[in-house]
Amino acid sequence: MIDFLYGIGFGLCFLVLVVLYRGIFGPGVYNRIAAVSAVGTKTLIILLIMGFIYNRVDMFIDISMVYALLNFVGTLAAAKYLEMEK
Amino acid sequence: MNFWHVLSILFLSGGLFFFATATLGLLRFPDFYTRLHATGKGDTLAVFLCLIGLAFYAGFSLSCLKIIFIAVFMFLAQPTATHAISRAAMKSGVTPWTKEDATK
Repeated sequence: MIDFLYGIGFGLCFLVLVVLYRGIFGPGVYNRIAAVSAVGTKTLIILLIMGFIYNRVDMFIDISMVYALLNFVGTLAAAKYLEMEK
Repeated sequence: MNFWHVLSILFLSGGLFFFATATLGLLRFPDFYTRLHATGKGDTLAVFLCLIGLAFYAGFSLSCLKIIFIAVFMFLAQPTATHAISRAAMKSGVTPWTKEDATK
């Protein structure tokens, strides 16, 4: 079971690298925000899987909870900032 | 390899599949809104499936309850964030992709 979690974790890390392409070469700033938001949700799952692999479940669950909240607030702040920029 | 482990394997692999399709959508779609459409829905479902899979793996405990809280929160937060980004993009003049752009 732990090996399966390793597989899922490495799969997600590969997907993060693939999404980073859109984050770097994205034509506009909005594509980059969408890419960063996508990377944020993936790292949430990677954090939880690391928690289960290292048997530190309680610590990593709190970290990923805070990360989910921060990712949400960060995306909203970026959207609100860019809306007023014009 | 009891029943809960098999269930969590199924949910986690389903989540990984939807992450892959959302990423494919993010890269291949022609326009910002279509990309946001893909990641908004694909990531929401994938996060939900992965979190429920990990909740099964965690067994019935406080950490399982926290994981379910994260799943419910992400189910509410991700569409809100997607809506905020697309509203900001629409307001600052990003025009949606049309049939004419296809032929260009």
